[in-house]
Amino acid sequence: MTERLPGWRDIPIGGVAFKPSEEYKTGDWRVFRPVLNKEKCNRCYLCHFYCPEGAIKVLDTGDIEIDYDYCKGCLICVNECPRGALESVQE
Amino acid sequence: MGVRGKVLGLTGDEAVAYAIKQVEPDVVAAYPITPQTIIVERISEYVANGEIKTEYIAVESEHSAMSACIGAAAVGARAFTATASAGLAFMWETLYIAASCRLPIVMAIVNRALSAPINIHCDHSDSMGARDSGWIQIYCENSQEAYDAAIQAWKIAEHPDVLLPVMFCLDGFVLSHTLENVHTLPDEDVKEFIGERKFVKVRSHEGREVPFVLDPENPITIGPLDLYDFYFEHKRQQVEAMKNAKKVIVDVGREYGKISGREYGLLEPYKLESAEVAIVGLGSTMGTAKVVVDKLREKGRKVGLLKIRAFRPFPYEEVIKELEHVEVIGVLDRSLSFGAQGGPLFLEIRSAFYDFERRPLISNYVYGLGGRDMPPDLIMQIFDDLEKIKEKGRVDVLLKFIGLRE
Repeated sequence: MTERLPGWRDIPIGGVAFKPSEEYKTGDWRVFRPVLNKEKCNRCYLCHFYCPEGAIKVLDTGDIEIDYDYCKGCLICVNECPRGALESVQE
Repeated sequence: MGVRGKVLGLTGDEAVAYAIKQVEPDVVAAYPITPQTIIVERISEYVANGEIKTEYIAVESEHSAMSACIGAAAVGARAFTATASAGLAFMWETLYIAASCRLPIVMAIVNRALSAPINIHCDHSDSMGARDSGWIQIYCENSQEAYDAAIQAWKIAEHPDVLLPVMFCLDGFVLSHTLENVHTLPDEDVKEFIGERKFVKVRSHEGREVPFVLDPENPITIGPLDLYDFYFEHKRQQVEAMKNAKKVIVDVGREYGKISGREYGLLEPYKLESAEVAIVGLGSTMGTAKVVVDKLREKGRKVGLLKIRAFRPFPYEEVIKELEHVEVIGVLDRSLSFGAQGGPLFLEIRSAFYDFERRPLISNYVYGLGGRDMPPDLIMQIFDDLEKIKEKGRVDVLLKFIGLRE
């Protein structure tokens, strides 16, 4: 779906962002996707703390969840996971 | 006549510093460089003496000076800096950021040649190199004009139809270090003329109309990543702002005339009525050239000159209007564009006349590089040459070097 973007008269000056950054889904930049193996995860949350995008959430249940709308696939989480619970899978 | 104030003996640099003292910007961030040094020295003295409440930031480089001004201007402060030559070159990246983020910063450029070989004297290669950065450029003929520009610049930069940074340029040493009588305004007249900085409204990422200033109560993001989907549109906005600046420069110059008795515009014609040949140029050389025009006029020669005050935005239509009756035009450039047909001013003037039905003959004279003197007799030679071109009816050599040893 292509959205018609506003012209130069209709956007704020100075490059001021007129939409919140949440509307800009960066997940499609991804080449490799981190995939969680729940069996191996011991909930140390290192992935959550290391994720530069804040795309790894800790749920109320204590499980972690990867938000693929914003995960750019940098794979820092895969690298940091001490138990090998995150696997890199090509998109 | 409601004009008040006193006459002071000031160098060009001192005149700028004095005007900035009267404006009392919130922030001055600067790094000293010859021949700009006196400006920032004086301002730091004013601050140290408690004469102004300005925050003086002694930075470690010109890149940092402009960066500090950008931050200050973005949070709503009035920010000033001054530089020259290599200092301006070192600001390169941040010049574009200031203009693209639409921050009304004011900067004095004390024109000096660029290295190498190292040279501290005047030419316009520093500011001409920044002509495409999106800054408004005003060139001053003398210290009086520098003083006046240092006040008007804020009103031009901050106008809601403009919102662009302004650099005003004065010739290194010729003006910066030369004592002149300068008519100054009373402090309160300057403050009243400048007024308070106001902010236009922009649409924020929260979808609200908020002031265009960084404020935690009304958060906005200025100048983030902007790719092929929006960058082009933002550049087009800058084109429009520059177009609008033409009218604003004239309006502000007229308004300033009311409080000072000195009115300013985009350019200044001098004895152009019935002139058959004329020179076009900018900066302090135009003062010398006026004397030459007077002398030649006394001898009955039909000569005149056009001084360009605003180089960006360039006053194309106004130039044609002033010069349409002139048969031969000599354009004086104090900088080079290596590999081009001529200097930057020449290219603008020649391009201005392309669509004009009766194109005059136009010749380019590059002079004064690295501070090489431009005495009246050399300007006289240019007028002689222009009259020869007129007799011949053609320009044989497009680009000539004046005052150069062969």
